[in-house]
Amino acid sequence: MSVPFESHGESVPEIRLSNLTKRFGDVVAVDDVSLTIGSGEFFSLLGPSGCGKTTTLRMLGGFDLPTSGRIELRGRDVTRDPPDKRPVNMVFQSYALFPHLDVAGNVAFGLRRRGVDRREAQQRTGEILDKVHLAGYERRRIHELSGGQQQRVALARALVNEPQVLLLDEPLGALDLKLRKRLQIELKRIQMDVGITFVYVTHDQEEALTMSDRIAVMHHGRIQQVGRPDDLYDRPTNSFVADFIGSTNLLGGTIEAVEPTSAIVRLNSGDRCVVATTGARPGQTIQLSVRPESIGISGANGRAADPPGPDYLPAQVEQVAYLGSAVQYLVRTHGGLGLTVLAGKNGSRFASGDAVALAWSPADALILGDRAEAVVEEAS
Amino acid sequence: MPGVLWLAALFVAPLVIIAVISLGSLDDAGHLVLGQPTLDNYARALQPAFLPAFAKSLYYATTTTVVSLAIGYPVAYWISRYGGRRKIALLVLVMLPFWTSYLIRSYAWMIILRDNGVVNSALIETGLLADPIQMLNTDFSVILGMVYGFLPFAILPLFVSIDRLDQRLVQAGRDLYASGRGAFLHVTLPLTMPGIVAASLLVFIPALGDWVTPDLLGGADTTTIAKIVQVIFTSGRDWPYGSALGFMLMGVTIVGTLAGLRSLRRELIG
Ligand SMILES: Nc1ncnc2c1ncn2[C@@H]1O[C@H](COP(=O)(O)OP(=O)(O)O)[C@@H](O)[C@H]1O
Ligand SMILES: [Mg+2]
Repeated sequence: MSVPFESHGESVPEIRLSNLTKRFGDVVAVDDVSLTIGSGEFFSLLGPSGCGKTTTLRMLGGFDLPTSGRIELRGRDVTRDPPDKRPVNMVFQSYALFPHLDVAGNVAFGLRRRGVDRREAQQRTGEILDKVHLAGYERRRIHELSGGQQQRVALARALVNEPQVLLLDEPLGALDLKLRKRLQIELKRIQMDVGITFVYVTHDQEEALTMSDRIAVMHHGRIQQVGRPDDLYDRPTNSFVADFIGSTNLLGGTIEAVEPTSAIVRLNSGDRCVVATTGARPGQTIQLSVRPESIGISGANGRAADPPGPDYLPAQVEQVAYLGSAVQYLVRTHGGLGLTVLAGKNGSRFASGDAVALAWSPADALILGDRAEAVVEEAS
Repeated sequence: MPGVLWLAALFVAPLVIIAVISLGSLDDAGHLVLGQPTLDNYARALQPAFLPAFAKSLYYATTTTVVSLAIGYPVAYWISRYGGRRKIALLVLVMLPFWTSYLIRSYAWMIILRDNGVVNSALIETGLLADPIQMLNTDFSVILGMVYGFLPFAILPLFVSIDRLDQRLVQAGRDLYASGRGAFLHVTLPLTMPGIVAASLLVFIPALGDWVTPDLLGGADTTTIAKIVQVIFTSGRDWPYGSALGFMLMGVTIVGTLAGLRSLRRELIG
């Protein structure tokens, strides 16, 4: 569908959400969300169940009206337009394929409703089914297809309309892990192939990291952080993002002493460590994120002579889990702080009860933007 | 197993009894003779003279079915979509007329529709009419009475199929450029077809066999096949003949129904 829009060059994004809010009675499902998404981007909305991803997507598709805020597509205000008047198509969470139509009937549905004649609809249906590797399945009924095949039909049914934006609501959520991995790669390939902007909803951080150009992490209806996958992983701005993207150790503490490019932190457990920072003030309470794989673990004997200090933490191994490609240790420092450590499987091995020394580079201890209280809330 | 027993007792047994009687005959004193089975009654029942009555029956049943669907679908749709927590209460309201007997309801309609009845009096009183319109003893009054009587049979199955319809399918239709009307035509309607079929059968079959309504609201001149069967049974006291006619009526109904279902199925799948 060709959509009339005024071109302002690069300054007009494909999608602009401004202060989008949706309330269901007392529940604020989406809370003041503002976003811009560029043309051809693979953009993910990532967050735990109930955080407002689907509601955001449904407002984009025109199925729910926002309580307040604005939705623009290439500069055109579509906030109140019905779904059939938007150059947008959706792949629904459980596909919502039409059980009374066969595969071809499903795929051609949108074309036929827009008045494309039967012959052309048939041809385009064939082409798109080819693209999703379902050539020859035209006459199959929906209930005769596997979950993965239904997923492809749902994708084809939306893509055949060549929408400006494709919305996908956990499209791989119902599939088993192996198939999901394969379809992730395939979806990404198709997206690059057709060049359509994808807005992809998922609660699976690994999936979002694998596929997305950019990700918006949502929690309680609010956007926590928007960024490229590596940004979110390496520079989370708050404890929710740090913990949700990958896993991390969240440590509360107070700045004890400040040096030009680093600071010594006294953790709430009483342990001390060094962090790389420039703006810290002594006495400031902070929240640290240290990734399990950033923590070095070694035998305590080598360090026995050193006094316990900010450059290493003496600890004891409590649990060992062999993860195949790595070993995960749950350790407890002498101050009583529990930490998760991920070590390569080729390093020295430790057993439960062993005394060890933990160390990390000051640059790997990230000071987060929020307060310690927030973490307690997330953990509970 | 109890289900099978009930079915046998309440459905199969009466059928067998009627089948046996339809093969019997009457002796000179008018007593039923079952000893020498004969097909004479069926030969007698195949009279061209019955065709107008049969056509009338089909006309009433078909019109009643169509009107019941036309009224029942929107009502069922509305209850399902907007009934909220009151859905069940609304359905009970739909069933309310059933709390009085069919006969009493038919008499009530007679009082409402006759020339000096409630409707005509009101219209003349307000000056809208000079003389009463004949409403009673017309096709209109028969169909009105039947629709009134059988509408709940249409609404219940329609409600079930509409209520079961996954709204996301309708939304998917809207997403795929169907207007509100288009989504109804291409998604809602085909997906609620089982309810429409069930509703049609549940109205059509009893309407075809209904002799009370044509008798009370259609007047003495209105002859339907069901009324003929009833007369043969009661005034004529010729049970074998009545049974044969009734059996044939049922045969036609079943064959017609199956043919209708098949064509519907083809429409849905093809
Ligand atoms: N139609 C609705 N009526 C009432 N509450 C709703 C409705 N849809 C969603 N919600 C609520 O809004 C919140 C966000 O839901 P949703 O957007 O579906 O989350 P997600 O897709 O991230 O799991 C949840 O608390 C959910 O219960
Ligand atoms: Mg969801």
